[in-house]
Amino acid sequence: MRTIKAADIVPKVAEMIRHASIHLPDDVKRAFKDCMAAEDSPAAKEIFRQLLENSDMAEATGLPLCQDCGLAVFFVDVGEDVVVQGSLKDAVTRGMVLGYQEGFLRKSSCDPMTRANTGDNTPAIIHFDFVPGDRIRIAFMAKGGGSENMSRVTMLSPAQGWEGIKRFVVERVAEAGPNPCPPTMIGVGIGGTFERAPILAKRSLMRHLDEKHPDPKIAALEDELLTAINKLGIGPMGLGGKTTCLGVKIEMAPCHLASLPLAVNVQCHSIRHEEVVI
Amino acid sequence: MAEYTLTTPLTDADVAPLRAGDVVFITGTIYTARDAAHKRLMALIDEGQPLPFELQGSIVYYVGPSPAPPGRPIGAAGPTTSYRMDTYAPRLHALGQKASIGKGKRSDAVKAALKEHTAVYFGATGGAGALLSKCITAARIIAFDDLGPEAIRELTVENFPVLVINDSVGGELYAVPDRKAAGLE
Repeated sequence: MRTIKAADIVPKVAEMIRHASIHLPDDVKRAFKDCMAAEDSPAAKEIFRQLLENSDMAEATGLPLCQDCGLAVFFVDVGEDVVVQGSLKDAVTRGMVLGYQEGFLRKSSCDPMTRANTGDNTPAIIHFDFVPGDRIRIAFMAKGGGSENMSRVTMLSPAQGWEGIKRFVVERVAEAGPNPCPPTMIGVGIGGTFERAPILAKRSLMRHLDEKHPDPKIAALEDELLTAINKLGIGPMGLGGKTTCLGVKIEMAPCHLASLPLAVNVQCHSIRHEEVVI
Repeated sequence: MAEYTLTTPLTDADVAPLRAGDVVFITGTIYTARDAAHKRLMALIDEGQPLPFELQGSIVYYVGPSPAPPGRPIGAAGPTTSYRMDTYAPRLHALGQKASIGKGKRSDAVKAALKEHTAVYFGATGGAGALLSKCITAARIIAFDDLGPEAIRELTVENFPVLVINDSVGGELYAVPDRKAAGLE
């Protein structure tokens, strides 16, 4: 058994959040450059130029990439051979509050009815899981509201199968149009139960753009969806072009024999996520 | 596609020639307001109370900026998605608002209001919050301080870059999704 002090986790989480909010991951910057070169439309090229300049500006000034610094979503994988001294949940939350405060990040969490801001971005949205080993992996995602609002969950009938899944995902992207800040990344959760499907979809967004699904059959489905979505021609910021989507990630889980749960989680081009292993 | 430099407040003569796709650089004073601020503006109008800024000729920027770090007037300040303000926008245009700045699609009611009142909808690049903050030289809260990021701010801007998305004659810049090519039809 390994012992980890909860207090040691707090600064690591805070630092991860500050860094992720300012530094766009390398795979995303690479994708912007590649897509800019591939676009024919001057407007599409110009959007990519601005996004790359924005990324440079954020790194130079320490300003966040986007004013919507998101709700803080965490996937915390806890090794079964770890004992945490103190509360792990409190440590992640305190690290989040510190990171948003010290990083001058916008606090967007509010009461759903009164709309009163909670003031410190709490509560963090934390998904815990137990895994083999003696380490804790804390993955963070800054999830903005504009793209999250374009996300959907549905319960298909099993007969609808892959064709039904594909139609729903592509139709959702078509309807969302320019709203979620394309080019997007699309997370698809297939199977599980009503609540499991969107968690799968969200977790798939933690993968890097160039990280293919280990199962080649699922990887092929991801490519098929990406090709279909980009044929929509919505383009960067909805101004038309070849790049509506940068990547599609699918996660699957077994489901009830009567069900085919499906979730589409839309991620804007500001794909801010990082992880720390303790 | 033409390029314009406009100074606030805007007049009908400023707005009428603008067409979807034109690039506009705005200099002067613009006002921030998003969901909660719009709701309160409506309440003030209903009660016949004065508004925190002059609507006539105004540009309203749909933004909730991040906090200003020391030495800067404002944090990151890119546009938020506009459709959530569609409920309120026609009424504000009827009272003299000349333009909004945001991102994403507008409702038919907003597009009709733009035609009726000679107004436009500008798009700024979503997610370019750090970059756009460069064009904001001053910011101060003028109403609804308790709303935090949603408070109404008066921004002084210089050459703030926007695109005309919806013009006053029914033109729209956004691409229509090709459903057939994507296998939906």
